[in-house]
Amino acid sequence: MRNVSSIVATIKKAYVSRKFKRRNRSIMGDMSLTILLGLFGLFSVWPLIFIINNAFKPLNEIFIFPPRLFVMSPTLTNFQDLFIVIGNSWVPITRYIFNTFFITAVGTLGSVIIGSMAAFPLAKYVFPGSKTMSKLIVYSLMFNGTVTALPNYIIMSKLHMIDTYWALLLPSIGGTLGLFLMMNFMVQVPDALIEAAKIDGAKELTIFWRIMMPLSRSAWITLIILSFQSLWGTTGGGVIFTEKLKPVSYALSQIVNAGIARTGVASAVTLIMLVVPVVVFVISQSNVISTMATTGIKE
Amino acid sequence: MLTNQTITRRKNNRSFSKIWKEHGAKYLLIMPFAILFIVFTVIPVMASMVISFTSFNMLEAPSFVGFRNYINLIVNDDIFLIAVKNTLFFALITGPISYLMCFVFSWLINELTPKVRAIMTLVFYAPSISGNAYLIWKLIFSSDMYGYANSWLLRLGFITEPILFFDNKDYVFPILILVQLWLSLGVSFLAFIAGLQNVDKTLYEAGSIDGIKNRWQELWYITLPSMRPQLLFGAVMQITASFSVSQLSIELAGFPSVEYSGHTILTHLHDYGFIRYEMGYASAIATILFFTMLFTNIIVQKALRRVGA
Repeated sequence: MRNVSSIVATIKKAYVSRKFKRRNRSIMGDMSLTILLGLFGLFSVWPLIFIINNAFKPLNEIFIFPPRLFVMSPTLTNFQDLFIVIGNSWVPITRYIFNTFFITAVGTLGSVIIGSMAAFPLAKYVFPGSKTMSKLIVYSLMFNGTVTALPNYIIMSKLHMIDTYWALLLPSIGGTLGLFLMMNFMVQVPDALIEAAKIDGAKELTIFWRIMMPLSRSAWITLIILSFQSLWGTTGGGVIFTEKLKPVSYALSQIVNAGIARTGVASAVTLIMLVVPVVVFVISQSNVISTMATTGIKE
Repeated sequence: MLTNQTITRRKNNRSFSKIWKEHGAKYLLIMPFAILFIVFTVIPVMASMVISFTSFNMLEAPSFVGFRNYINLIVNDDIFLIAVKNTLFFALITGPISYLMCFVFSWLINELTPKVRAIMTLVFYAPSISGNAYLIWKLIFSSDMYGYANSWLLRLGFITEPILFFDNKDYVFPILILVQLWLSLGVSFLAFIAGLQNVDKTLYEAGSIDGIKNRWQELWYITLPSMRPQLLFGAVMQITASFSVSQLSIELAGFPSVEYSGHTILTHLHDYGFIRYEMGYASAIATILFFTMLFTNIIVQKALRRVGA
């Protein structure tokens, strides 16, 4: 008993000493909020743990009753099977991978360049139409592409873009979320830098390329992430019909759709589709957060 | 009269060339984006409104029908009314809850040490970037006893036979809400984390001197007002997402879902636009959804500006 009470005393002491650093906190509040966070964290991560475990389960474990969360004898069979299935596909898998790589690379590069080109004048100058444009961009965040999908399709077919990469690339580059983030980031770049450059005789283009772009590095990393996330998962459904032009996520989803016999392979595929964007996010997390810090709808 | 007009025109010309001389480079920088924005956002929104007053099947030229599409939607289309009810109900639940989740979790995470904070950020953010990982919920709520939910409920003795989760309209809707909430800690969550890290720390010290006693007062009087821009941005993201559930419903509950229990305005739009090719009718649905989203956002923006003020 004495042991327990001494432990409690130490915790309390530790708390009191911490309290000097952190004002306005109570032990009860801290504990209940930590428990809340833990519970919801578990809810959030549990299905993902499930996916990871499933990918390494041999078939007999996937269909075991009662079902188990954790894998007992981990194996790479599912991944080997995946490679066999992929190896037999009519269009070589390398082609699908190339397609995704191409779409993601061009789309991302396009959004970064075109987005920052437009963001710079809107963030740093006042000129006829600039207010209207900024307002339109905020309003465009208030609905999404789903409500314009039909006319979009008609427009793309009139421009002969259906069944080409343009149908995926151009709407993505023309998206406003990335531009909005970039604009907010550029607003907080000190005006003094621009004034100084102006005195040195620099024109807008020079200021954009020599000052704004190098200073907005974390904003364009964020743009790269957002654009990567949306393009990586695209299956090209509805706009890309030629098999050879389809992205890799389409090929993988076809493998998954082949039914119960592919359950093992499917869980391997799900893991691969999940890991790539997560790894990309982990690498760039600090940049993304520092961009988001400047984001917001100002009054 | 004539001279007056020519004078104004000349004036306009002069001011145009003056504006161009002064701001030309800026317009050139914006141009590529502006063209894409106009072609893929502005024109489609307007086209959608125009087409909604016509009957159009993509093959024949559209013919003007006035308000008939809207009248049919509201008066004759019972399924649309189910879709509206579901969508509003869905948005009313997932919108505020997901917004609160984004805020509460980012607020709690903010008190952790940087390393733990980075891990917890990933834990909450990962579902929203995990592509089609949400299909795992199909396995969890699988209808046979191999489904995880069923197997546990059976073993714990709550039920005696497996529940057909996706074949019973009482279960479809709550499951969709659960999965949507799981997916909903996205960009706004990151924005909140960033906003919290940027709150001026000296404000807390000052507040403490001014008599702020606990974390709740701190939250209401200092933290929330300091991150109002992020709060407004997050609201827009969550509202828009909560109104645009369709893929999730189609993949999990099937299409059409049992007794239209997972039917939303967007799945209705999908049905008429991409399956039946009734573009006029589908555009009327799209237009209604567009204004619903826009007005909800504008109203919530107005309300949020009062936070802590």
